[in-house]
Amino acid sequence: MSETPEEPTGPRRVIGTPSPAPKAVDVPAEAGQPAFSAEPENERHAKNAERIVAALFVIAFLAGVGFIAAYVGLEIGVGQIPKGANPVVAVLRSNVALGTSLTIALLALGTGSLIWVRHLTPNIEIAEERHDLRSDPQDRKAFQREFAEGAAISQVTRRPLVRRTLLLATAPLALAPLVLLRDLGPLPATSLRHTVWRKGLRAVTLGGLRPLTPADISTPGSLITVIPEGYQNDDDALAKAGVILIKFAPGELHVPTNYDGGTLVSTMNWTIDNIVAYSKICTHVGCPVALYEQTTHHILCPCHQSTFDAANGANVIFGPAARALPQLPLMLTSEGYIAAASDFTQPVGPSFWERG
Amino acid sequence: MSDDAVKIPPAVSGVGGWLDDRFHGAKGTRVLMRKVFPDHWSFMLGEIALWSFVILLLTGTYLALFFSPSAAPVVYHGSYTKLDGISMSQAYQSTLNISFDIRGGLLIRQIHHWAALMFMIAIFAHMTRVFFTGAYRKPREINWLIGIGLLTLGMLEGLFGYSLPDDQLSGAGLRILFGVFEGIPIVGTYLMFFLFGGQFPGTDIIPRMYILHVFLIPGLILALVTAHLFIMFHQKHTQMPMKGNTEKNVVGQPFFPYFLLKGQAWFFFIFGALVVLATFAQINPIWLYGPYTPLAISAASQPDFYMGILEGALRMMPAWEINFLGHTLSLSVLIPGLLIIGLFFTAAAIWPFFEQWATGDKSFHNINDRPRNAPVRTAVGVGVICWYLILLLEGANDVIADRFDIPLYTVTWIARVAFFVVPVAAYFATKRICLALQRKDANMLVHGVEIGIIRQLPNGEFIEEERPVTEEERAILESKQVIEPLPAPEDVDENGVPAPAARGPLGFARQLANRAFTETAAIPEGHGDGHGPGHEAVEGNGHGAIEGGEHAAIGSHEEQ
Repeated sequence: MSETPEEPTGPRRVIGTPSPAPKAVDVPAEAGQPAFSAEPENERHAKNAERIVAALFVIAFLAGVGFIAAYVGLEIGVGQIPKGANPVVAVLRSNVALGTSLTIALLALGTGSLIWVRHLTPNIEIAEERHDLRSDPQDRKAFQREFAEGAAISQVTRRPLVRRTLLLATAPLALAPLVLLRDLGPLPATSLRHTVWRKGLRAVTLGGLRPLTPADISTPGSLITVIPEGYQNDDDALAKAGVILIKFAPGELHVPTNYDGGTLVSTMNWTIDNIVAYSKICTHVGCPVALYEQTTHHILCPCHQSTFDAANGANVIFGPAARALPQLPLMLTSEGYIAAASDFTQPVGPSFWERG
Repeated sequence: MSDDAVKIPPAVSGVGGWLDDRFHGAKGTRVLMRKVFPDHWSFMLGEIALWSFVILLLTGTYLALFFSPSAAPVVYHGSYTKLDGISMSQAYQSTLNISFDIRGGLLIRQIHHWAALMFMIAIFAHMTRVFFTGAYRKPREINWLIGIGLLTLGMLEGLFGYSLPDDQLSGAGLRILFGVFEGIPIVGTYLMFFLFGGQFPGTDIIPRMYILHVFLIPGLILALVTAHLFIMFHQKHTQMPMKGNTEKNVVGQPFFPYFLLKGQAWFFFIFGALVVLATFAQINPIWLYGPYTPLAISAASQPDFYMGILEGALRMMPAWEINFLGHTLSLSVLIPGLLIIGLFFTAAAIWPFFEQWATGDKSFHNINDRPRNAPVRTAVGVGVICWYLILLLEGANDVIADRFDIPLYTVTWIARVAFFVVPVAAYFATKRICLALQRKDANMLVHGVEIGIIRQLPNGEFIEEERPVTEEERAILESKQVIEPLPAPEDVDENGVPAPAARGPLGFARQLANRAFTETAAIPEGHGDGHGPGHEAVEGNGHGAIEGGEHAAIGSHEEQ
């Protein structure tokens, strides 16, 4: 480290003494730089422009007053408007009145400002020099030297033990915020593999929460959405456990097949009286499949158009879903209601890494 | 400065003096006031995004005064009687109240949503302008990257924003988000369980999205916008090729008062346009969608447009899934949901550096390119735009199928084929068009401008009359910078060692890219009265062209 003597730029100030009085500096007028004239080129034109701008600003003022008047004058909400008046109509009326007045105010201000700058201010264009962005070589050198000096003085470069232990010390602390995020939610564990369906749990209609007998779905071609009884207020459960029941005419439903643990098993015994139950949650990204075409037995997911063949184990026949809709085994309770024979035998909904 | 000509009001000398005593600001502020901003309509696109963001902050703050970010269930008994007695979340209820019980609430909500769309449209338009004019080139690469960061944050901010009201449509969007991220190998389910606080839908996601939407992401956007503007300010704005404009100057009107007045006008116009939309064009009528329930869905569910390419990609993708070793790799979700958008952002981020690598151009650029003068860049840009539009349109394939009476699957198949074919075709077509336009420019420099008068000579020959190009036209036509090709692979130095750039597969790729980038239209030879400078600018090397342009500009400057 070499000491570089520097020229003192002024007398050294002793602490406690007053700062030197400001020096008066003469700033000569810069040669070649014209003073800008505020005089318009055409006074008559400018006068006209001035009147138009002023008129527009007055319009903006009036519109602004109108906005406040519309706010005060046009009540909305059931408690405020006269009994029997339509609250939606009141809202739309208020919206149009507020919006129109605000629009007029803003556009008048905008137009006025534009005419102002285009027709009132003289058109002055100047050219400015672009300076090189890169610093002088000397400055760069000086910066590099001073940085290296500073680093050396700080001992960071000279004492690797201190440097490395500092890095070591910060590592766990840098991880700490991530660790703190751990309790944002539970671990997935096996929760994506199960739904609330279990043996004997009755299927009830989504709207009326009515349990169903096979006779209730006697028309072939009908599709009905059902949920597990008692879970109508549990969105987390419903988001996985929604099921569609489809009634087929005799002979239309082909023996659905499914792989279970690598062996092909017939699952015909999962249906009751030609009623088959599939998960309503699309295996693509989890939208509820909702559209059913009776003649072709196609179930269509309205989100991304994955299409499943209900007559053939809900296999995918078009679209991005890669797997059939899981089938829910059905049974009849002793009272004759449709119920689940067990939970789904495979996870419902979109694929995930642990699914296998 | 003729101080005697301008009367200085006491307020300026008084308050200004008081401040200057404390902050030493007179000198710096004086420079700022006279700072030059070049003028061009396309330079206002970024400003639309800026003002939209300001309006978003203002309206968003207002909405936050009334919005309740909670998934707690309530039974509605409010002004919108059609939903009377329905169970819903507090978030949805408070959004209904903002719309139906707060005077001006609906207007502000709709301004906020329209401003978000305007913000994103403006960002895309601004990014397109910067790309096609090459304004991202040295020294502005960092600002290009910041811009991509802003685009990403804007998309996230919008997604969280329109998901907050907890209506049927936005809930379906969140379900799709969960379904897509669930598919990420190894960490996917964990990520989603942490974000949602457990299984979908849970009750945590709304307050969590809220704090991200109103605090964290806007804070980041604000910081990046500030950096974006300061860097632009510090490096000085690029300018269009015009007479008098050089690489070494910046021509335009001073910040004070011109830019202030224009900025003021532009702010009012943008705000006014948003209020017109909010008043007369209904947006996101959440009361028609109803509160979110997990088992309901409506057809033609589309996200806001900036998420549209994700939706389109998801719809277009064939069913690919790999099962191995007890794990599932859901390609039909990962490729469209993450890979395509990731590719778009990554390619955009490395493009300036790729172009530098391919052209070997390390010089500073302050004058924008005309798109035709950079055929590869323009062609790539058009290809990406085509690709983007195909995905966007496929995101509405059900609406297209319905409106145009085309079978749904046919629409998807057309999109699948077009996804690969159209961008490539667009690339080659655009490149040819650019080169043809260059040839037209070269012709104009050599022959002048056809003025539409045909004259018959005494010998019976017809000629079309032309006038020489004006100085203004010449400055624009001569702005083309020819890129010097890198040394060819067969080039060897005196010792027989091939040029280092040409070695290895990377060198080969660079040669290939370089050949594409350096393709340029030559001036037709042997045609009469070629003007010297024009000839040089088209056929000479890039430096010649720059210097020539500069001399011309300086010369004309001195004449004034």
